[in-house]
Amino acid sequence: MEKFISHKGTAVPLRRSNVDTDQIIPAVYLKRVTRSGFEDGLFAAWRSDPDFVLNKKEYNGGTILIAGADFGTGSSREHAVWALQNYGFKVVISSRFADIFRGNSLKGGLLTIILPQDEVEALWQAVEADPKVEITVDLDKRTVAYAGREIAFELDDYTRWRLMEGLDDIGLTLRHLDSVEEFEQKRASFKPKTLPILS
Amino acid sequence: MGKTLAEKLWEDHVARRAAGEPDLLYIDLHLIHEVTSPQAFDGLRLSGRKVRHPELTLATEDHNVPTLDIDKPIADPVSRLQVDTLRKNCAEFGIRIHSLGDVEQGIVHVVGPQLGITQPGMTIVCGDSHTSTHGAFGALAFGIGTSEVEHVLATQTLPLAKPKMMAINVEGKLKPGVTSKDIILAVIAKISTGGGQGYILEYRGSAIRELSMEARMTICNMSIEAGARAGLIAPDETTFEYIKGRPHAPKGADWDAALAYWKTLQSDADAKFDKEIYLNADELSPFVTWGTNPGQGIPLNEAVPNPASFSDEQERRAAESALVYMDLKAGTPMKEIKIDTVFLGSCTNGRIEDLRSAAQIIKGKKVASNTRMLVVPGSARVRLQAESEGLDKVFLDAGAEWRSAGCSMCLGMNPDQLKPGERSASTSNRNFEGRQGKGGRTHLVSPLVAAATALKGTLASPADL
Repeated sequence: MEKFISHKGTAVPLRRSNVDTDQIIPAVYLKRVTRSGFEDGLFAAWRSDPDFVLNKKEYNGGTILIAGADFGTGSSREHAVWALQNYGFKVVISSRFADIFRGNSLKGGLLTIILPQDEVEALWQAVEADPKVEITVDLDKRTVAYAGREIAFELDDYTRWRLMEGLDDIGLTLRHLDSVEEFEQKRASFKPKTLPILS
Repeated sequence: MGKTLAEKLWEDHVARRAAGEPDLLYIDLHLIHEVTSPQAFDGLRLSGRKVRHPELTLATEDHNVPTLDIDKPIADPVSRLQVDTLRKNCAEFGIRIHSLGDVEQGIVHVVGPQLGITQPGMTIVCGDSHTSTHGAFGALAFGIGTSEVEHVLATQTLPLAKPKMMAINVEGKLKPGVTSKDIILAVIAKISTGGGQGYILEYRGSAIRELSMEARMTICNMSIEAGARAGLIAPDETTFEYIKGRPHAPKGADWDAALAYWKTLQSDADAKFDKEIYLNADELSPFVTWGTNPGQGIPLNEAVPNPASFSDEQERRAAESALVYMDLKAGTPMKEIKIDTVFLGSCTNGRIEDLRSAAQIIKGKKVASNTRMLVVPGSARVRLQAESEGLDKVFLDAGAEWRSAGCSMCLGMNPDQLKPGERSASTSNRNFEGRQGKGGRTHLVSPLVAAATALKGTLASPADL
């Protein structure tokens, strides 16, 4: 995973709440067996509308998505994270994220930042007034800065460290295999096994 | 201080705990399917890793399989490649798979319980958000993303921060015609789609205790629609009775040992929940959604709400755009809404009791002339059981379609989709825009309401017939 230390870019204001993962990428786009190429399915149903924010020239090249509350509800499809990343987004800001989507995003290196709704509203207004306004996300300082303002956000130390180091979770867990083996020794023998197949 | 059931399950599975790090949780059962696993297997291959415990892993084909002509090769080449990829991955890594045509094939959350492989006290994960279904057995079960699928395949563990605990207390007795689907739709409408974020829900109370295992699964299934990754119900005699004798249920001395452990799996009397919600079962009536998220629901007897009635600005805006998408006018009685397609199936309501309750309403009657009814059993076993009871004939005689098992129109990934503008009454779990097909409109309902609606052609409960 690529290290995430800080990111500077322009933003796309998505003034909708409850954007579920079926909106982020509909099921018909989930048939690929690779991790790339999902950008064509991103917000597929809305992309045919010329007024949809991603179709507006002034927001071209935006890398920070500013969304309404409860972003990423619904299905656990990590394809939603991949679609956003494949399209070019590095950061999503919202006042609330669904749990599974948030977990997926932070595992995959898409930084999801929780800000209070009034700060989200202020960001929307700033970006709508000037789509070129530059936003700096600093993971080291845990701040979002734009137009002379600096807003702090929270992220637990462990996740921040993992993102800043670009570490693979599996590699980290494999360092503690002795604990896993020890646990397995104590596991109850009546717990079911899928093999051999019983009928 | 006492512990909640979820806390007990959590503590029983911590393989490693270190200050400042998430707990490393051991996973007892990993269910996989064709859509969220291919990239995880690729990851294993790239890093030269193995599946740590193939014997704790089980695959089925469900999301992207056809429900017609299942004896022929899958027509869509992209879907076929995805299913073939799962088969190859399972062969390469030694994982048990139930493929299309196999008697144990079906929706992953229907298959686990019917094999008796879903048991109390387990941690169960799957790359599917409706894994919460298995919580009905007193298991800690939740959906994961593909990176986590790879993590579990490689290590049989997951690093996770412990969620908060919420009790959903449902006391009283359900009126006839009111089901567990109505309970959970009412819960979601009450706490909203974000209400459960960061929590594990425990459903408790006399109304929950009265429910069958299948009805409990319907409730836990939709915990994710309330924002909670997991929902569970303490196991009791109903649970033990359901498991006993199933293929993978413990036997002999193992059964006794398992049962002794399972009986400890309850929240302590002095356990403290971070939040408690109360619902009176006596006051519930059949519930239906009017909008484009599962929290936008009301009793079927009521009318489409006026967005202006929402005090919260975001909710008001969401209601406005939902009414536009759903092509509904505020004030229209829900029962006047015409339905094009009725979908009976899914991991929420595709089990044998669901098919029986709908068949009982349909029997000897005809589906309305402008309405289509699709009946999709949750598994091949459910289909066989239904056929042995003659339920297939009941549906076919009424003019409904009788299909093979799979996720089907719940998520509109296979050819079973709504056309743009079509409106469904669906026993599934999500009424998101386009979920059942681009431009399709979904009203979530119970199997009883689905059956009555199929006969009337407008949203209806059996009492309206």
